Amino acid sequence: MAEILLSEAEKAFIHHGVQDDLRCDGRTRLDYRPIILETGLVSNASGSARLRLANSDILVGVKVELASPLPDKPQEGRLEFFVDCSANATPEFEGRGGEDLANEICRFLQRSYASGDTINLSELSVLTGQQCWVLYVDILILECGGNLYDAVSLAVKSALYATQIPSIKVATMDGDQPELELSDDPYDTKRLNTQNIPCVVTLMKIGNHYLVDPTPEEECCSSSGIVVAVSGNKKITAVRKIGSGSLHPDSLVSMLKQTGSEVGAVVNTILMKKLLEEETLEVSQKVGFMR
Amino acid sequence: MVDIRLASEVPPFHIVADSTEPKHLVTPGSLITKETGFMRGHGTYMQDDCLYSSVAGVVERVNQLISVRPLKSRYHGEIGDVVIGRVTEVSQKRWKLDTNARLDSVLLLQSVNLPGGELRRRSAEDELAMRQYLKEGDLVSAEVQNIFNDGALSLHTRSMKYGKLSQGCLIKVSPSLIRRQKTHFHNLPCGASIIMGNNGFVWICPTLLDDGAGGFVQNLETVPHADRQAISRLRNCVTALAHCKMMIYDTSIMHAYDASVNAGLEIKDLLLPDKIKEIALMVRKQFEMEKE
Repeated sequence: MAEILLSEAEKAFIHHGVQDDLRCDGRTRLDYRPIILETGLVSNASGSARLRLANSDILVGVKVELASPLPDKPQEGRLEFFVDCSANATPEFEGRGGEDLANEICRFLQRSYASGDTINLSELSVLTGQQCWVLYVDILILECGGNLYDAVSLAVKSALYATQIPSIKVATMDGDQPELELSDDPYDTKRLNTQNIPCVVTLMKIGNHYLVDPTPEEECCSSSGIVVAVSGNKKITAVRKIGSGSLHPDSLVSMLKQTGSEVGAVVNTILMKKLLEEETLEVSQKVGFMR
Repeated sequence: MVDIRLASEVPPFHIVADSTEPKHLVTPGSLITKETGFMRGHGTYMQDDCLYSSVAGVVERVNQLISVRPLKSRYHGEIGDVVIGRVTEVSQKRWKLDTNARLDSVLLLQSVNLPGGELRRRSAEDELAMRQYLKEGDLVSAEVQNIFNDGALSLHTRSMKYGKLSQGCLIKVSPSLIRRQKTHFHNLPCGASIIMGNNGFVWICPTLLDDGAGGFVQNLETVPHADRQAISRLRNCVTALAHCKMMIYDTSIMHAYDASVNAGLEIKDLLLPDKIKEIALMVRKQFEMEKE
């Protein structure tokens, strides 16, 4: 989201490239840059993930805590998101510069998870009306290289996939207060069903075409775009328009239909496949931050 | 469409030094020498009669002067360097350009050629017409003419080969990876031209024709598809070489380009971490073969 200056000729070069379906780095309009993913980095969080998408570097940690459920939803737990744009990410985030962007991403994530199709919050309920699990999802943006929404959503999905919630047994006593018994075994945990958690796809409009995964130079050339949250079963859960330009309703519909749900579905499938693969690896193959 | 890899699948790249003699590498705060009688150069500080390094780099010793040359730093200009800069400000009788140095470089109005190649004193009308030639965001190739007292570079474009840059692709690498050569402008055989600025900015564009316009006429026509493919492939090759900390000059770029074509790699495959390592290893092998 940094402000980059480009000359008119460079913008013309990028425009023609998009028309030709050959971007500056050889990708087509619907190609992502290579993504590097790892889960289980932070040992004192219930779940964590680190995702690198070209220059963007996102670290997500999930902690679970017991709390009372909301009064109008006594049978559901909840998810709380918090985004922190580190001042190291880019000079614009110095001081309180990153707050606006952090709030935007946070609110969009909350909206995209609000639909009932994405995550079954009743899995997080312990005692109806009294105790439930609250998942605090903390997102740290370490480096900003464009396309933050996509990277953040993929990292959050991976972290939630790797989250281990301790199993709790409810021992009813004679008195009014039922007691909750936490299992002694630290590996006695349950996992969430993260099949339908949404992945976010950012589509920027340049000329008459739209691009997936724009670089900061391409973002500078485009005046409008949409951010679409697509769940695992190809349902669109949230849409947001970014940029100051306008979008024709026809192009909006075609962007949502053709590209948003198709690209989103492919990303979801490949991500789930890789997360399954990672589970079969041994612990000694963890890389962490050293490389 | 999407390539997701696990961190454990990404191979580490082992950087091998070109020469075999061991270099004296230091990190900030490490002791260089306890002997007295040495003069302190850049990158060092004295504490309790001992000389310590303040940057991470290579120790250089010239007679009695000890200095540390940092591995990664801003561009440090020398007179005669070719640089590529982006205009950040249009002020009175000068432009300020960003050249990846500590201060913005200065391009004086009297240091640019007038359209038509006239030789006269710049008047007030020339000053008002400055923005029509170069405005904020434009890219310029220039040469360092002078260095001001505060370290800012004074540039000039008083030659037909320098001037405003037209369509193409800019890559930013570390200035220490650009080798000092006789000429920094190359017309590569694959159908693109490349300008390697000493400040770490590398510009790749369609082949420059030898016309006398001197950069005043901007060509905004569509670049043909084959040229665009060559430019994209070169861009990925340069990025791969920079990622593996290999020196960037015309021979190494052409070796990387040929290696990627011979291996049958698609242009977008060169973004993958294992292909980057493969290209770098092939370039290194090619150099070793040439040495024998």
